[in-house]
Amino acid sequence: MLKIRNIDAFYGNIHALKNISMDIEKGEIISLIGANGAGKSTTLMTICGVVPARGGEITFEGTAINNMATDKIVALGINQVPEGRHIFPYLTVMENLDMGAFLRSDARGIKQDMDYIFTLFPRLAERRNQAGGTLSGGEQQMLAISRAIMTRPRLLLLDEPSLGLAPIVTRQIFEIIKKINQENKTTIFLVEQNANLALHISDRGYVMETGSITMTDTGRNLLANEDVKKAYLGI
Amino acid sequence: MTAKNELTKSLMASIWFMFLTFPIMVIRVNTVTDTIEWRWQNMFAVGFGAFFLSMLWRYLIRKKEMSGKKDSQSRKSPIYQVIRDQKFALPGLAAIAVFTILFPHIFSMYQTNIMISALIYVMLGLGLNIVIGLAGLLDLGYVAFFAVGAYSYALLNLHYGITFWIALPLGGLLGAVAGIILGYPVLRLRGDYLAIVTLGFGEIIRLVMENWNEFSFGPSGIANIPKPGFFGMELSLHATTIYIFYTIVALVIFTIFVINRLENSRIGRAWIALKDDEIACQAMGIDKARTKLRAFALGATWAGMGGVVFAAKTTFINPASFTIWESVIILCTVVLGGMGSIPGVICGAMLLILLPEYLRDFGEFRMITFGSVLVLMMVFRPGGMIENVRKTYQFKK
Ligand SMILES: Nc1ncnc2c1ncn2[C@@H]1O[C@H](COP(=O)(O)OP(=O)(O)O)[C@@H](O)[C@H]1O
Ligand SMILES: [Mg+2]
Repeated sequence: MLKIRNIDAFYGNIHALKNISMDIEKGEIISLIGANGAGKSTTLMTICGVVPARGGEITFEGTAINNMATDKIVALGINQVPEGRHIFPYLTVMENLDMGAFLRSDARGIKQDMDYIFTLFPRLAERRNQAGGTLSGGEQQMLAISRAIMTRPRLLLLDEPSLGLAPIVTRQIFEIIKKINQENKTTIFLVEQNANLALHISDRGYVMETGSITMTDTGRNLLANEDVKKAYLGI
Repeated sequence: MTAKNELTKSLMASIWFMFLTFPIMVIRVNTVTDTIEWRWQNMFAVGFGAFFLSMLWRYLIRKKEMSGKKDSQSRKSPIYQVIRDQKFALPGLAAIAVFTILFPHIFSMYQTNIMISALIYVMLGLGLNIVIGLAGLLDLGYVAFFAVGAYSYALLNLHYGITFWIALPLGGLLGAVAGIILGYPVLRLRGDYLAIVTLGFGEIIRLVMENWNEFSFGPSGIANIPKPGFFGMELSLHATTIYIFYTIVALVIFTIFVINRLENSRIGRAWIALKDDEIACQAMGIDKARTKLRAFALGATWAGMGGVVFAAKTTFINPASFTIWESVIILCTVVLGGMGSIPGVICGAMLLILLPEYLRDFGEFRMITFGSVLVLMMVFRPGGMIENVRKTYQFKK
């Protein structure tokens, strides 16, 4: 579905991504784990075209998307939930969701998706007229994911959904992620520092260190790998 | 903070003021007799005055903070509640409508002319409100588009004999084109940088008009711009004034209508969202550059049309009418009235244009009074006179 081939990315003269290659197949949950500052967020930003890719190629279902504008990439069916959630604080929950449907004009489908979201997150249904900024961290994360679902993505990029959340909330969110993947056949690319949880729900994983991919395997194998255990699982 | 603490602070303020004003308030050198007059009583007057004003200031701030704590969430402007209430809205609107229709017949031509100026500023304020209030782009060179509109009418009329009613949409169009030309390279800048560049652009337009004699007739400007005709009829001066008055009223209503629609449209929400969070907007598939450019161009359209009306009203324009001061005044109407709020901007423009007119009696204190009103407003009502309360979705079963 998504093929990344030999991509480099820079911030000024900081070499943030070094010759990255990845493959994401339809219907998978893929996770990308790595320490702080490894370049995980940059990878997502590069896929979305926010950070320009230098060299190499990114193709989505056969279309080259490096050099494409972000809004065009979103229109193709890739959506990112950025790190730190970035919900609209002054818009209500409903309006936030409606912003997710910005590129859509099928009123019926939008309504359907909203109903689906409210069965997925009953908490959001209760708070539908509340301003986004007044939600708790967990609710904001739910809203951010829901808003991304409203774009009907075929590939959903999640950047550290567990950031700053209590373990129990994190587990809930991960369950929902799994559910979205199974019920909608949405392919999910998950960036996480919480390697344990992420690898448990993932089909495959990539390990990133200082801008390079150092390892890739199935989620189960990575969980069993001694190096991964030592470096990311704290065992 | 204790009362004693407040007292000492006010005391310090009054001593500081006595010290500061000492040279001008106390010492007077009599140049004829070469003696110095010590006017100590003035010092005490300043001291007492400063002390009481400082106490009053502290008390008001305190009160404001208290009420802010109580219900900062649900606090809505009372005016908005009245507007939203159907019971008051209809009779209120009717009263305003009747008053507007009768205005030029009740009041003198002088008053009507002032009101026309005020309404032009209402239109400019509403236009700038799209750019600043809705899209959150700080444009300090807004007057440039006003100038584009005014000069469009003046020059098109001079060279091609184009009449007011054709020039009006053309002026708006040319304003929009100018907005796009300026906006395209500039809109990747944000916040302060955007403000500085637009400020510069505003001055550039004025300087070009001032120096390009062959094109714009330089500082001497263009005179004898015709007032709008009524289906080819020549009207008396009095009738024309009334006619322009109704024209600008109609334009203001049209502006309100369009902005109201914009606010609740997809693009309007994209603007509000873009102001909140650019990264999230990109993730939603919003074309950042295009959305901003639209706000800029739309705002400029209204400035352009306002410029045409302005040229028709004054019948004479020169670059001196389009200084940075105009941009500042228009900006003030938006900020003072309440960013993003249509009734707020209308009240702001009325206040800012009418107040200095009617304060003429205060003579040299006019601008000081004006300035103090602005400062007090910003301290006690930072959201503007009529704070914007966004309409939100209500879930209905
Ligand atoms: N906007 C930026 N400007 C400059 N350097 C950046 C920027 N964003 C990230 N970086 C740098 O790029 C590297 C990778 O960052 P990031 O992708 O955010 O890491 P991660 O998400 O894995 O924690 C880091 O060294 C970081 O300091
Ligand atoms: Mg990151």
